[in-house]
Amino acid sequence: MKITVNGEQRNLDQKVSLHEFLEQNKINLNVVVVEHNYVIVDREKWKDIALKDRDNLEILQFVGGG
Amino acid sequence: MTDKLKIGEQEITNRFFTGTGKHSNDSIIPQLVHESGIEVVTVALRRVDLTSPEENILHHIPKGCILLPNTSGARNAEEAVRIARLARACGCGDWIKIEVIRDNKYLLPDNYETAKAAEMLVKEGFVVLPYVSPDLMVAKDLENAGVAAVMPLGAPIGTNRGLQTKEMVRILIDEINLPIIVDAGIGRPSEAAEAMEMGAAAVLANTAVATALDPVNMAKAFSMAVEAGRRAYLSGLGPIKTEAEASSPLTGFLS
Repeated sequence: MKITVNGEQRNLDQKVSLHEFLEQNKINLNVVVVEHNYVIVDREKWKDIALKDRDNLEILQFVGGG
Repeated sequence: MTDKLKIGEQEITNRFFTGTGKHSNDSIIPQLVHESGIEVVTVALRRVDLTSPEENILHHIPKGCILLPNTSGARNAEEAVRIARLARACGCGDWIKIEVIRDNKYLLPDNYETAKAAEMLVKEGFVVLPYVSPDLMVAKDLENAGVAAVMPLGAPIGTNRGLQTKEMVRILIDEINLPIIVDAGIGRPSEAAEAMEMGAAAVLANTAVATALDPVNMAKAFSMAVEAGRRAYLSGLGPIKTEAEASSPLTGFLS
C-alpha cells in the first residue's frame, strides 16, 4: 500500500500501526507530534491506528526558530 | 527589585527573550540561556526528515525555560491555527507566537490573518502572542480578542536594522493595556535598551545573538541592556530641553 508521509509517497510492504511505522523509521517518539489524515493523534493512540492505503501522515518536531 | 512581567499565568524576571534559530552550533544554547538567565525561548515546528533524523532542539533547551513556539510557515489564519494545535500537542505548554507571513522579501506579518488566528486560538485556550506590524487598530482588536501580549516588529526579521518602527511602537505602548514586546530587527543591545526605556515590556532577538561572533556573550549583553532600559523606564527619564541648564550651582563663584 502507498501512504504519504511528510508530503512524500512511500510504499509499505506489510500492515503496520502508526506506532510501528514510527519505530521502524527510527523516529524519536518522545519529541514528535503526528497528524494522521489531518487529525492530531495523541501519542497514547499511536498503537491503535492501523495505517491504510492512501493515508496521509505529517510527522513534526520542534526545530530552532525565532 | 521585584518587577515581574506577567504573561498568562507565568511571571518572568528576565525581559530578554531569544530565538533558537540560525545558531551555527545548537549545543551552545544551554550555556547561552544559563549565563544570561534567559527564561523565554522561541522554537519553530517543522517536518521530521525521515532520511536523516536530526537531533531535536529540545535537547538543547534547559528545563524550566518557557517555550514559545511560533507558527512560521503559516500563510493564513487556518495554517497558523493548525500549526498552533500541533505545537501544543508536543506537550510543551500552550504559549504560541502567531506569525503569518506571505511576503517573502520583507517577511512582514499579515496583520489581518494574524488577528483572525488570534481570535480562534484565544478561544481554544492558548496564551497568544501575535507578531504584528505596529498598527494601533489591529493591536486594539487583538487586545479585545484576549491575547496575552502584542509583538510589534522593530524592523524586518533578520535585518539587524534596529527600532525603525519606534514612533508606531510608542503609540502601542501608550494605548494598549497589554505587554508590548518588541520582536524582530533589533540588532544591538543599545536598540533593545531604547525600546525598554520607552516602556516596552520585553524584547525578543534571535539573529542579533545567533549571528554574533560570540553568541553567549551577546545574549548576556542583550540581557543587561534590556534590564538597564527597564530600570531607566521605571526610574522616570528626566525632561529633554533645548537650552542648557547648569548642573552646578550658579552662585559662589571665585571672583
